[in-house]
Amino acid sequence: MSNAQAPTLEVRDLQTYFFTKGGIARAVDGVSFTVERGKVLGLVGESGSGKTVTGFSVLGLVDEPGRVVGGEILYHGENLVTASPDRMRALRGANIAMIFQDPMMTLNPVLRIDTQMIEAIQAHEQVSDDDARQRARDALGQVGIPSPDERLRSYPHQFSGGMRQRVAIAIALLNKPDLIVADEPTTALDVTIQGQILFEVQKLCEETGTALIWITHDLSVVAGLADDICVMYAGRVVEQGAVDNVLDRPMHPYTHGLIGSVPSRNKRGQPLSQIPGMTPSLLALPEGCAFSARCPRVGDACSAIPDVSAPEAGRELRCHYPILEAAP
Amino acid sequence: MTVAQDNMDVAVAAHGDDRDKFEGVQTPFRRFLSDYCESKLAVIGFFVISAITLVAIFAPLLAPTDPYDLASVSIMDSRLAPGQAMMTGTTAHLGTDGAGRDMVSAMIYGLRISLGVGIGSGVIAMVIGISVGLFSAYAGGRVDSVVMRIVDIQLSFPAILVALILLVTLGKGVDKTIIALVVVQWAYYARTIRGTALVERRREYIESAVCLGLSERRIMFRHLLPNCLAPMIVVGTMQVAHAISLEATLSFLGLGMPQTEPSLGRLISNGFEYIMSGKYWISVYPGIALLVTIVSINLVGDRLRDVLNPRLQK
Repeated sequence: MSNAQAPTLEVRDLQTYFFTKGGIARAVDGVSFTVERGKVLGLVGESGSGKTVTGFSVLGLVDEPGRVVGGEILYHGENLVTASPDRMRALRGANIAMIFQDPMMTLNPVLRIDTQMIEAIQAHEQVSDDDARQRARDALGQVGIPSPDERLRSYPHQFSGGMRQRVAIAIALLNKPDLIVADEPTTALDVTIQGQILFEVQKLCEETGTALIWITHDLSVVAGLADDICVMYAGRVVEQGAVDNVLDRPMHPYTHGLIGSVPSRNKRGQPLSQIPGMTPSLLALPEGCAFSARCPRVGDACSAIPDVSAPEAGRELRCHYPILEAAP
Repeated sequence: MTVAQDNMDVAVAAHGDDRDKFEGVQTPFRRFLSDYCESKLAVIGFFVISAITLVAIFAPLLAPTDPYDLASVSIMDSRLAPGQAMMTGTTAHLGTDGAGRDMVSAMIYGLRISLGVGIGSGVIAMVIGISVGLFSAYAGGRVDSVVMRIVDIQLSFPAILVALILLVTLGKGVDKTIIALVVVQWAYYARTIRGTALVERRREYIESAVCLGLSERRIMFRHLLPNCLAPMIVVGTMQVAHAISLEATLSFLGLGMPQTEPSLGRLISNGFEYIMSGKYWISVYPGIALLVTIVSINLVGDRLRDVLNPRLQK
C-alpha cells in the first residue's frame, strides 16, 4: 500500500490547549500519528483523554477557549493548522468528513434528508438538483438503506437510531472524502447495528481507499476494524503501533489495564480487573507521568515525563517501566 | 402490548417499503395539532380570532355603511341609541357615535385598522428582531455584547413612553404608528431568538453542518433559524396582542390613528366624553371588541407556549 507520495494525514506534535478561567488545560499535548491511504487508525482512550479534541483539531473545529497552539497537521503535505478559514471550509465535507457520536443530534430535525444531502453536495460542486439527488440516492443505497427513494423524502424523526447513523455516514461519504474522522459513531447503537455499520465502513475503506480515524473507547471495535492503534491518556499518546501487536502484547501499563478491563469469556467467574482511580483533571495533572498515580508499576523515574521510545519497529511508547516480557 | 407496538413501529421505520404504515406514522404537525386541541378554551380562542380576522378582511362587504365616506355621514344621526333608524333608513344596531357614524360599521373598520397595525408592526418587528438576534448569537463575543446592551437599554424604557415620544415627533398616521410600534417591539424578538439560537448553536447538527463545509449564511438561515422558530411563534402572538392594545392606548390618548380613520382605541376615546351622560354604547362596544380580540389572541398564545415548550410536556 505504501508508496512514495505523502500519507493522507500526518499529525506531528499537535498541541491543543484550552485557556479556561481555571488555568490552561492541555487537552492534546504532543500527539503524533500517521494515517495512510485506505488504512484505519483507532484512537482509544477514556473520556477526557483528548481523543475527540484531536479529531476536532484535524477539522479545525476547536472552539473558544480552545486553540491549536503547536504542531502540524499535514493533509497530503498541506498544513491545516495554518490554512485559511475559506480553505478549511472547502476541505471540510469535500475532502475531510466527520461522523459524530449521537445520530439523534447530527441531522437537522426540521429539514428533509434529501434537502440536507443535496445541499451538502452543492456546497462543494456545481451540480444540478437531479444529479445531486441521484448521488444522494446512491449514497443511501451504499450504506444499506432499503428503498432509498422513499427515504430521501423523510424527515430525521422518521428514522430509527441505526438508520440515522447510516444516513449520517452516507452524508459523510457524499463527496467521496479521502479522510473520515469518526467520533464514536457506534457507541449509541445496538451491537448488531454496530456490526452492520462496521462492516459497511470496512468495505468502503477497502473499495475507495478512504483513510479513517475511528475514535472510540471500545477496544473490541478497534480490534476488529483498525489497522493501527493509538492509545491516549491525559492528552498524550502513551502507546501506538499495529493493532495486533499492541493488543496482543501491550507494553504500557495503561494499555495493559484497558485490555484487562474488558470482560471476556475466558475469565468468567474471576473478578474483573480494573484500573483504580479516575482520569486526572487536565487542569491539575500530576508531576511527571500523568498515569503514575494509578500505575501498578510506578517507580522513582516516573516523576519525570517519559520520552517517546521505540521498543520495536513501528511501535512507540511513553513509559519508564514498560512491560517487555511475555504476553499477559 | 405497548412493547410489541414499539417493536412494530421500529420495524415499520426500518422497512419503509410498506407505504401505508409508513404514511401512518404520526407527523410532528399532527401531534402538535392534537396537543393544541386538548384545551377547549384555546380552540375557542382560535375560532374567535379567525372570525375576527375574516370580519376585518372583508370589512367593506360586511359593514352596513361606509364610515369613511363623509358625505353619507349625517350630523343628524349623531348619538343614536342602539336599534334606532338612521336618516338613510339603515338601522344602527349598536347606535351611532358623536359624528353620526354607525357603530357597527365603525367597529368593523376599526378592527381592520387595529389588527392591521398590530400584525403589520408585529411582522416587521419580528423580521428585524430575528435578523439582529440571530446575527448577534452567531457572531458572539463583542458584537453580541454590544447588540444585547442596546436591547437592554431599549427594554429599560417603558414601551408606552417610547411610543408616545415617537408619535409626538412623527405625527399621526398608520405608517407612523407602525414605525413607533416596531421600534418598541423589535427588542423582544431579538432577545428571545438570541437566547434560543445560543442553545441551538451548540447542537451537533450545527457542528455537522459546519463539517459539511456549508457557508455561514446558509447555516444561519437554513439550519439555525428554522430550529429557533417555535418560541418566536409564541412571542409573536403575544406581541401582536400587545401591539394592538398599545395602539389602542395611543389612539385613546389622541395620538396614533387620526380621527378620519378611527381604530378601536380612537372609538373608545370618542365615546369617553359621553359615557357619563348615559350614552354608553359609543365607548363600551368598541371596548368589548378590543377585549375579545386581545383575550382570544392571548388564549391562543398561551396554548402555543404550552404546546411548543418541551419542558412543560409530560
